[in-house]
Amino acid sequence: MNRSIITVVGKDTVGIIARVCTYLAEQNINILDITQTIVSGYFNMMMIVDTGSVTEDFHRLTSGLEELGDSIGVQIKCQREEIFEKMHRI
Amino acid sequence: MININEVLETNKMIEKENLDVRTITLGISLLDCVSDNVDVLCANIRKKIVAVAGNLASTAENISMEYGIPIVNKRISITPISLVGASACKTPEDYVKVAVALDEAAKEVGVNFLGGYSAIVSKGMTESDRLLIESIPEALAVTERVCSSVNVGSTKTGINMDAVRLMGETVKRTAEATRDRDSLGCAKLVVLCNAPDDNPFMAGAFHGVTETDAIINVGVSGPGVVKYALESVRGASFEVLCETIKKTAFKITRVGQLVAQEASRRLGIPFGIIDLSLAPTPAIGDSVADILHEIGVEKAGAPGTTAALAMLNDQVKKGGVMASSYVGGLSGAFIPVSEDQGMIEAAECGALTIEKLEAMTCVCSVGLDMIAIPGDTPATSISGIIADEAAIGMVNQKTTAVRIIPVIGKKVGDSVEFGGLLGHAPVMPVNGFGCSDFVSREGRIPAPIHSFKN
Repeated sequence: MNRSIITVVGKDTVGIIARVCTYLAEQNINILDITQTIVSGYFNMMMIVDTGSVTEDFHRLTSGLEELGDSIGVQIKCQREEIFEKMHRI
Repeated sequence: MININEVLETNKMIEKENLDVRTITLGISLLDCVSDNVDVLCANIRKKIVAVAGNLASTAENISMEYGIPIVNKRISITPISLVGASACKTPEDYVKVAVALDEAAKEVGVNFLGGYSAIVSKGMTESDRLLIESIPEALAVTERVCSSVNVGSTKTGINMDAVRLMGETVKRTAEATRDRDSLGCAKLVVLCNAPDDNPFMAGAFHGVTETDAIINVGVSGPGVVKYALESVRGASFEVLCETIKKTAFKITRVGQLVAQEASRRLGIPFGIIDLSLAPTPAIGDSVADILHEIGVEKAGAPGTTAALAMLNDQVKKGGVMASSYVGGLSGAFIPVSEDQGMIEAAECGALTIEKLEAMTCVCSVGLDMIAIPGDTPATSISGIIADEAAIGMVNQKTTAVRIIPVIGKKVGDSVEFGGLLGHAPVMPVNGFGCSDFVSREGRIPAPIHSFKN
């Protein structure tokens, strides 16, 4: 398994999770965990997903999610999990 | 498992606080390119660099995209050219040919700087070293991406004052050769003492002869991250202050370590070292001077600055060494003037002088860096400045360097624009009293007593 973290940050609106999840399902990417908070109207979501099947096409996935974010009006990033693991765990 | 706050903290560092990996520098040995024919040598060098570094830029871009961390520079360091060219180059013009070949290779593989147009002359100069040094002004004028460095001293050997005198003249000639570009050539020329073999940062990077065939060295950065972290502990004790810097340095370095290992794995080239440096850029909020201000000095250069910088430098190392098994290069806080917005402001308002900067170099990782001085400064005074810095390095067993730019046609009060990461700088005054009788003495300054450790 090769886990990645998707973060969605932006103004709250209807259907953000639905659209992100639909997109991931279309790409055959399994969601392992979702955490979400809303701070003063701003939507913050973190998804842990399995990108084991995405090796060569990681670039396509990140740019696809970015485009999706632009169409919803939120910022979506997808990063490999290790950067957070390394920084916050000894 | 990672929680949302940690993820948001990391991304805030990257997006708002200018966290980045400053450079992935690929060190390449060119010793196997040696030929007694300069054209064959140039062809060998081009072939070797393209073969080893062909995938460097694209690999770095993929890593950057996958981890969401900017990797600002992709660079190459090479074996000091005075060694590689010793057999083929019989004139300074021959060396310039090699510089042009290096520049072309750098452009072909897409790196923005290539370091190692260098000579190591800490004790004595070979004829090859002398020819290379003589060729530096022309080489830096006709190339764009080649960086040059000359190591003129070390704790073990003392200071080669003949080389110091020659480098004062070379800096002046380089300024003249690039006078149409605000003497930009001097921004690519650094004079070092105790130069490390594995420094990934320009302009002083070269691939030392102690190194293997090819190696990945990574320079981390992050003055902005430290500055923002310190905002949350305003007025707190030194203990809290130090703890905050250490924790931040640890986090920054871990990112560098991850990127270095990943680049090493993907390129199939061994990982060398992480250089734990706070390297500023002219961007707002990416300044070492701003950290000093946050620690409590009104402007960089005010009384207390040297102590604050000493503490900062030490805490960065203490936090960073735990995050990586192999730390090397320069490692510490950089204090360039033109590349740091806070330093520029401090120099402009008169808080920061060359003399104070010299004092600061006693406690941080490099030396007098990216300082514009009047174009009519005598070569002997530049040699004097180089000798002073080399003495600090020699006696304190640390790396020191001088990268000063005597901007031809400019005087104190004028401003110079170098562009990009090199930034802009006010022309700073140099002490007007001379030292020509001192620098015209021949020979070398002996190694200090505490270097005799055997």
